[in-house]
Amino acid sequence: MKSLRFLVPLAIFLGLVVFLGAGLKLDPKEVPSPLIGKPTPAFALTRLDNAGQTIRREDLLGKVWMLNVWASWCVACREEHPLLVEFARKKLLPVYGLNYKDERSAGLRWLANFGNPYDASLFDQDGRVGIDWGVYGVPETFIIDREGVIRFKQIGPITPDVIRTQIEPLVRRLNG
Amino acid sequence: MAKWIVGLCLAVWVVSAFAGEAAPAANDPVLEARMMRISSELRCLVCQNQTIADSHAGLAVDLRQQVREMLQQGKSEQQILDYMTARYGDFVLYRPPFKATTALLWIGPGVMVVAGLAILVGVLRRRSRMPQDQFDPEAPEPAQDPHLT
Repeated sequence: MKSLRFLVPLAIFLGLVVFLGAGLKLDPKEVPSPLIGKPTPAFALTRLDNAGQTIRREDLLGKVWMLNVWASWCVACREEHPLLVEFARKKLLPVYGLNYKDERSAGLRWLANFGNPYDASLFDQDGRVGIDWGVYGVPETFIIDREGVIRFKQIGPITPDVIRTQIEPLVRRLNG
Repeated sequence: MAKWIVGLCLAVWVVSAFAGEAAPAANDPVLEARMMRISSELRCLVCQNQTIADSHAGLAVDLRQQVREMLQQGKSEQQILDYMTARYGDFVLYRPPFKATTALLWIGPGVMVVAGLAILVGVLRRRSRMPQDQFDPEAPEPAQDPHLT
């Protein structure tokens, strides 16, 4: 037993390596949302392209849908956008946008320029609905099930990997 | 006489129209101070080492406005903190509550200090029981150092 004592510093060192290694992998910007598994907050917002038409939480119950928070001023949204356009073409589920703290004209111009993957975009000019959804880093993406419960949240741009390994399997399971 | 009555009515109407508008929050130093105190308990998620009170990020400005409005509605400090944690999780609180998921955070440093002290006491005790010849002879006195003489 005594002869193995020289291994103690090595064991401590390896322990530190594991801790620090795990710490490097964790992204402090990704705060787990307390809203996962909770019903979506109530909202009633007008459509971005039609100020006269309001979409409410109740209107979207009964189907699995995606909410993507975006804004014309958001650089990372532009990076994410082609992927979202491609994903929406597959018609796996309805994709709604939350146009967050934007101007109506700027948002519409952005969609005209870069393509519109959204069934509809909700216009959240003062960001109140964004706060209710715990939005802090645009873009964010939520998946909501038939009962109106939030099942998934991606903070920051979605990636092909996230779509393949998380979003698509989840949507299939929720729809299955 | 009729002129007087119309004038009086107009005066009352003007006064009540102004009274009906709530004073902007920024003009109420007491409310503003409360708002800043609560905001300094909340972490800004966009710039994580700043409080909502310190930060100029758009979200922090919005959340300060939210706190201000909730105070105007007569909400208590606890209700406001609950509102924030319901949306952003315990992470927004600079002093998170003590529960299973945060136990390590709260107890960890204390456990480490106690463990360190226990090891130190153990080593010192063992050394105090060791015979004198187990230690290296003491370093020479400074006076005997050839460089100093």
